[in-house]
Amino acid sequence: MELLTGIFVTPFVQMVTLPDFFLQVLWEGFVGGVLYALIALGFVLIFKASGVFNFAQGIMVVFAGLTLVGLHENGVPAYLALILTIGVMGLLAILVERFVMRPLVNQADIILLMATIGLTIFLIGLGEFIFGGEPKQMITEELGLPTGSTAIEIGSDGLLILQHIDIAAAVIAITMVAILGVFFNKTRIGRALRAVADDHQAALSVGISLNQIWAIVWFAAGIVALATGIMWGARSDVSFALEIIALKALPVLILGGFTSIPGAIVGGLIIGIGEKIGEIYWGPLMGGGIESWLAYMIALIFLLFRPQGLFGEKIIERV
Amino acid sequence: MSVAESTDAQDETADAILSVGNIEVIYNHVILVLKGVSLTVPRGGIVALLGANGAGKTTTLKAISNLLRAERGEVTKGSITLNGEAVHALSPNELVRRGCIQVMEGRHCFGHLTIEENLLTGAFTRTDGGAAIRADLEKVYGYFPRLRERRSSQAGYTSGGEQQMCAIGRALMSRPQMILLDEPSMGLAPQLVEEIFEIVKQLNESEGVSILLAEQNTNVALKYATYGYILESGRVVLDGEAHELRENEDVKEFYLGIGSDDRGSFRNVKSYRRRKRWLN
Repeated sequence: MELLTGIFVTPFVQMVTLPDFFLQVLWEGFVGGVLYALIALGFVLIFKASGVFNFAQGIMVVFAGLTLVGLHENGVPAYLALILTIGVMGLLAILVERFVMRPLVNQADIILLMATIGLTIFLIGLGEFIFGGEPKQMITEELGLPTGSTAIEIGSDGLLILQHIDIAAAVIAITMVAILGVFFNKTRIGRALRAVADDHQAALSVGISLNQIWAIVWFAAGIVALATGIMWGARSDVSFALEIIALKALPVLILGGFTSIPGAIVGGLIIGIGEKIGEIYWGPLMGGGIESWLAYMIALIFLLFRPQGLFGEKIIERV
Repeated sequence: MSVAESTDAQDETADAILSVGNIEVIYNHVILVLKGVSLTVPRGGIVALLGANGAGKTTTLKAISNLLRAERGEVTKGSITLNGEAVHALSPNELVRRGCIQVMEGRHCFGHLTIEENLLTGAFTRTDGGAAIRADLEKVYGYFPRLRERRSSQAGYTSGGEQQMCAIGRALMSRPQMILLDEPSMGLAPQLVEEIFEIVKQLNESEGVSILLAEQNTNVALKYATYGYILESGRVVLDGEAHELRENEDVKEFYLGIGSDDRGSFRNVKSYRRRKRWLN
């Protein structure tokens, strides 16, 4: 009886009696969700265009963050370092296309997955070799990102505290998604990307160069990784441990569907908010710490009922 | 070979937009699919490539457009020249730039893109600016008025005929000189087949596009083509002017299904097989 009350009554009573705290939890969850969504977005871009599950997306986040901070540490001004890092991600995209994707074209999916795992290990080694294994401080202020926080009063004695960096993260993520949306729907290259996602063979037949398209999506994923690296780095610090949080993108992808950009966003938010609320209100029942696996549970339950995800591309079949 | 003959042969190749010389194709390094196919498409002509399932029609077209490489196929012998240039090592992208494009069997429209977006992807390789592309889009809608009506529908939800038109229109958007048209009649009602072939004929006449057509529907193909090749098990077993092929007894019996009474027995089939070998 006590357990049932703990599950079905107490958490909701808490939510209602302390609305400002509840809002705070929602906000934290939302921000976490935005960052999950960004990581998932990187996966979706590459998966859509090439059917490759890019295991290296997580390490790309770390690598981009480390490059940015490392350049700055060596005396490069922050904005120049940002531009150079974008250049490095572009170079990485071209190299990956040339030396990983192109030689393995038409191989089984599992082989390409293995190749991206190889790439992960290579990037970890390269990152440690160049920048060392120590965690680094993200150059938040130098990049002109806001710090500090705003407190909003709620009711008579409630307070909602919003970190400015979190607001910036949300704004940047939303802007990025909007830009990607326009890019995909309105430009020649974007159209070609969607064409490749629909039918490789036909895309080849009309003269779309798959090599060019792959380099472009890896570059786009690299830019997304850089944004993610900056935002996560600002919240904690830039270290190889970040690679693990990339695995959080898996439940997001299962929820949102591997091929859908809106799915990545909504999936990210559901996972972010869901795991925060679960941790705060239901976690104590199990002694806390459920945040680390709750996302996977949510995804697992989802898989049972909607294996293609919330927004997974509908397969158009004429009958 | 006499001197006169050799000059004749050269004249023929000079006038050809596409010539394929004795090519062999191997899939996956082991499966030999084409065992020496030669053919020529004259500039501005419609040439039909006929034969049953698995004869090697699609493989021949893919060898020319070089979509073969994406299926782990490889041209191991022979030559392919487009406008006098050896092209067997070029990527499909480079071939489209040089004016040779394939319309694949089974349409292969981009299902989630609208009809208009599908057509625009055909202009991917072009660099002559938006205005010229818009003008060509109008031209394609002129040939296929139905596509204009469906321009904003997702291609996956349009009918088979509309998809076939979309696939041909998409190829036209690349401003081709040479279209490799694979099985345009597949799965379409006879009336629609005629409609599509009429448009193809028009394109050939007014745009000057040369066409290499792979078809199982021998009857329709020989009606619109000027010349035909018949493939069997990866070899050309017969070729000739379309009207000659239509009158040929073997073709009538095996591909048009209108053989004469005395050739119905199995013994005669064997004699056909024996005679066929002499043609190689």
